[in-house]
Amino acid sequence: MRPTTPLHRPHPHESARLHVTGGALYVDELPEARNARIGLIVPAGVAHGRVVRIERSRAESAPGIDAVLLASDIPGEALIGPIAHDEPVLAGDEVRYAGQPIALIVGESLEACRDAAGLMRFEIEELPATLSIAAAIAEESFFGDPHIIRRGDVEAALESAQTRVEGELSTPAQDHFYLETQAALALPLEAGGWQIFSSSQNPTEVQQLVARTLGVGRHRVVCDVPRMGGAFGGKESQGALFACLAAIGAARIGRPVKLRLTRREDMAMTGPRHPFWSTYEAGFDRDGLIQAFKVATYADGGFSLDLSPAILSRALFHLDNSYYIPTLRFEGRICRTHKPSTTAFRGFGGPQGMAVIEDAINRFAERTGRDPTSVRVRNFYGEAPRDRAPYHQRIPEPRLSRIHSELSADAEVESRASEIAVFNAGSLHVKRALAFQPVKFGIAFTNRILNQAGALVHVYRDGTVQVNHGGTEMGQGLHTKMQVVCADELGIPLDNVRVMRTSTGKVPNTTPTAASSGSDLNGQAIADACAKLRARLGPVAAGMMGRACDEDLCFEGDRIATTDAERSVPFHEVAMQAWLERVSLSATGYYATPGISYDIEAGRGCPFFYFAYGGAFVEVALDGRTGRHRLLRVDILHDVGNSLVPSIDRGQIEGGFLQGVGWLTCEERIESPDGRVVTLGPSTYKIPAAGDAPRELRIRLLDRAGESRTIGGSKAVGEPPFMLALGVVTALRQAVAAFDGRTASEVELRLPATPESLLRAIETRAG
Amino acid sequence: MSCIRFHLNGKTVEESRARPSITLLDYLRVHLGLYGTKEGCAEGDCGACTVVIGDPGAPGGPVYRAVNSCLLLLGEAHGRHVITVEGLAEGEVLHPVQEALVRHGGSQCGYCTPGVVMSLFEAAHRADFDRPWKLADQISGNLCRCTGYGPIRDAAKEVAGCQPPDRYAVLLSDGPAGPGESFRYTGEGQEFVRPRRLEDLWDALDSDARCAVAGGTTDLVLDAKQPARTIGRLVSLSGIEELRGVEKGERRWSIGAMTPLAELEEAAEEGLPMLASMLRYFGSRQIKNLGTVGGNLCTASPVGDLAPCFLALGASVILASRGGRREISIDRFFTGYRETALQPREIVASVAVPVPRENEIGAAFKVCKRRELDIATVSAAFLIELGNEGKISGARIAFGGMAATPSRAPSVEATLLGSEPSSASFAAAAAAIDSDFEPIGDHRGSASYRGALARNLVLEFGDSIEMRGGEAK
Repeated sequence: MRPTTPLHRPHPHESARLHVTGGALYVDELPEARNARIGLIVPAGVAHGRVVRIERSRAESAPGIDAVLLASDIPGEALIGPIAHDEPVLAGDEVRYAGQPIALIVGESLEACRDAAGLMRFEIEELPATLSIAAAIAEESFFGDPHIIRRGDVEAALESAQTRVEGELSTPAQDHFYLETQAALALPLEAGGWQIFSSSQNPTEVQQLVARTLGVGRHRVVCDVPRMGGAFGGKESQGALFACLAAIGAARIGRPVKLRLTRREDMAMTGPRHPFWSTYEAGFDRDGLIQAFKVATYADGGFSLDLSPAILSRALFHLDNSYYIPTLRFEGRICRTHKPSTTAFRGFGGPQGMAVIEDAINRFAERTGRDPTSVRVRNFYGEAPRDRAPYHQRIPEPRLSRIHSELSADAEVESRASEIAVFNAGSLHVKRALAFQPVKFGIAFTNRILNQAGALVHVYRDGTVQVNHGGTEMGQGLHTKMQVVCADELGIPLDNVRVMRTSTGKVPNTTPTAASSGSDLNGQAIADACAKLRARLGPVAAGMMGRACDEDLCFEGDRIATTDAERSVPFHEVAMQAWLERVSLSATGYYATPGISYDIEAGRGCPFFYFAYGGAFVEVALDGRTGRHRLLRVDILHDVGNSLVPSIDRGQIEGGFLQGVGWLTCEERIESPDGRVVTLGPSTYKIPAAGDAPRELRIRLLDRAGESRTIGGSKAVGEPPFMLALGVVTALRQAVAAFDGRTASEVELRLPATPESLLRAIETRAG
Repeated sequence: MSCIRFHLNGKTVEESRARPSITLLDYLRVHLGLYGTKEGCAEGDCGACTVVIGDPGAPGGPVYRAVNSCLLLLGEAHGRHVITVEGLAEGEVLHPVQEALVRHGGSQCGYCTPGVVMSLFEAAHRADFDRPWKLADQISGNLCRCTGYGPIRDAAKEVAGCQPPDRYAVLLSDGPAGPGESFRYTGEGQEFVRPRRLEDLWDALDSDARCAVAGGTTDLVLDAKQPARTIGRLVSLSGIEELRGVEKGERRWSIGAMTPLAELEEAAEEGLPMLASMLRYFGSRQIKNLGTVGGNLCTASPVGDLAPCFLALGASVILASRGGRREISIDRFFTGYRETALQPREIVASVAVPVPRENEIGAAFKVCKRRELDIATVSAAFLIELGNEGKISGARIAFGGMAATPSRAPSVEATLLGSEPSSASFAAAAAAIDSDFEPIGDHRGSASYRGALARNLVLEFGDSIEMRGGEAK
């Protein structure tokens, strides 16, 4: 490592000072937003219905109201969507979920708009609604064909297995609960141009869909993303609707319009993580090795396709988690229901897939009285032939065994296991348990096209630098990492590098910041741009030092030096000299991930660039009187390659883990029988609070873990740690079983494992 | 013409047009264009909007209290010192709590951060962090979706009680002291009245305007049936000093209706531990700073947390009106679902709570989906008296979340009377829950879960007595 490089060192978030002083601006607060009119979306209020009549004249003439727009007022295409265009910007003839926008009111204040909304009259003939996975299956209400992955004769292998475990598992929806709700601002410019500000992970898609909705070329629309107050996948596709609505409102009145949803609106209008319902049969041999795994899984896709096919794919790709499965058949389908369209959420189907095999292993261990950790470790991927994923990609160097053994020592597993046994023997109403959870997570967009990125780097004559890249900042620290990468590549101080807000006008045709790939892709693109700049600045510097123009130089410590360190010139002097010599100080960079392919018909291919690994030991205490539990101690060992910025990666691991805990234990999205979301705010929808975090959390980054072919030898970190939280479920199941001590008996635990669910699990076993 | 005048980060703000019922959060963002304070939920449950109110009147220097600005009426800001996230750093120099958060990596997306900063600002100026749970309580009202809380906890630990240099102290000491004189303001046709003395209150209540009495306003602001903006006149009790404070008598405590829950919690630690333990999980620090004892009773929620404690302790409610005062047993205060014995133009002035005697044992429990900052699925409070032969000679047992009102459990109590405080007795008592209650199921829990919880809490209380060997303290 070079002495002055900021790479592989801890840094605060690049906006941290702005965050703590209130100076960080989000879409709703930008200077451009200050004179904007306000948009209010009116939801349809019924889950499925035919629109008979909409009366808007009284609302239109209400005080402070500029316009009331309906579907018929959309200037361009009325339908949007990330894959299929099947989402109306405003409901037209048919309403397909209760929160669906049906009218847009634009006025001088939110209050005026709310008053006007009360004056709208809707006549909607209610139609039968499909409101669950079970109902969709019964009605054969699906999107597309099943996705099938298979290897060998699964029926025969199940037949000959020593132990056969059957089960079904429902994994719950999860609201993103980003602290900043969806927001957008649309400004009409001169000559038919548009400036859009969007709280979106995917400004290119916003640009594209706004252009489509307005019926103009994409060159007329620029979309900027200042920063997001959290996204977690919820703003990958679903921010676009609100940008389109702001744009049609602004187009109608010829003035800027901004929208920021209230929490209630956000939770009613936008979709959560896909609930999945799966049935499975798993066969194990006498050594506890998985012989066969047959899974049928159904995802509730909601009313529109959104990103569901990709999410279903990733779920199927992670049904193996960390375990080699010789014979298998995985089949998945997407259900079409009358609910908000479910969407991307950290893990993107991965957690839902992994939960199934973890459930199978838990049941196997419970039924046979085996130690669940040993069963897991025994089934890890390993040497050939145990190195082939279900989709036939080779798993080159599984770091699972190493993680398990190092973490077992870190976490003092042996001594704690005996302490727990002693504790449980002496405690009637509180039981403890310790469980291990491994994670293997495939990195890359499974859609090959998305694995590309661009960057634009400007060097100014004073030696300072602006970096533009296609990624967006949602709190994950991408901009911090990109600032570090750029400073490292040019050998200049971190403070001299400014990461600009994301803009489709700077870097076009970008990929969403998703799939944990933000720094992998954009880091490489920035490195590419910096390499071009070095190639141009090198000869200039060499000339200044009286050296040959093709001499190798070292960019280090804000200077450009000869490799023998005999001569050097300050970076800023070289920048000035380059300008004087009419050498370009601006470069684009580009990157496309190599070697990714997948044949969905055959269920075979190499959908991933590499795999990220992690492991966790989780200790819980469960109160048998109330069903409440506590996370006593969690030890995590995670493989992030050579961390670009370790402090940022630790933050991702810790935050991702607790978000997973929320999904599995306390976050319960409840809907009314007629399909409306009941839990519309934090008073009823409970994400983890500070007291739910583990009492003791120890995170270590795996050392000697550098990955070849990635930026700085690093690995993606956004999503993988989320799934470590599955260990909480295993631990809770063990704690439930500890109340009666019966072995060879399965635990029935519904997810999320709320106090009610846990108490029921304890009482069910008690009979 | 009257105007709302308050100090904001040391500068005077005067407002003479805005409606007094808009929230301080909306006023900061929409009217003043101060965007540092964030809206995450607008229902007091996420803490992104946290600001600090400085109370100069407190003995021993100013007291800072973190509150949810989404629950605070603009009118209530009159005469007060409000500090927001913009008011902490001096130029480029960060305040110690800001500096700690940056150093520990306490912000990721940054949207909850201003609220966290203000909670830690209060923490920095508190001097009572004598137990670890108090620090946990301090940050329980700030939801963060990014960090997993560890870095925030570390920063909090570092700054708690650090008493940093305070540039507002001087200002607070010679600024307008507290609510000041009686205050009356009208904006956009809505009246806000904040009398200074109880005798001035009755005139305000006697008018026929659509009138609402405002306590801590944590519920009033959220009332969907009667939105605050539709109320003709808001009558605030927060200026009436005689309604506030805890008087600890030897046999009986008098708790002023306008005592903030945080103050009651502090007071209860010595003398009424059962009440303190319930208040620990009552709500966030911000809510406890704003919400009041009287408000919690008058909102008459079936899951109000104080009610089971007061029922078990055998408290009385002192009601006041122009005609004078009357005292009624808490047993007769809740008359139906969200209904109380309050007559029109009558208020709760205080609650009288008998201090448990030597031979009485009490405990309180609250169970919800999430440990902190959640509404109870079931709450329970117990007080039993042990007679001369060691038998249970008195039992007051009350539940929240089991019926339309917080209620005593007469069959459970009757089962215990005269029996030994043994696990067998409590098992029999637990079985009696079904004769006392037919709970409903809702999104907080099914009917059967509620029943099971209530039974188990009786057993839990029984165990806690057994562990003491059946001895009162």
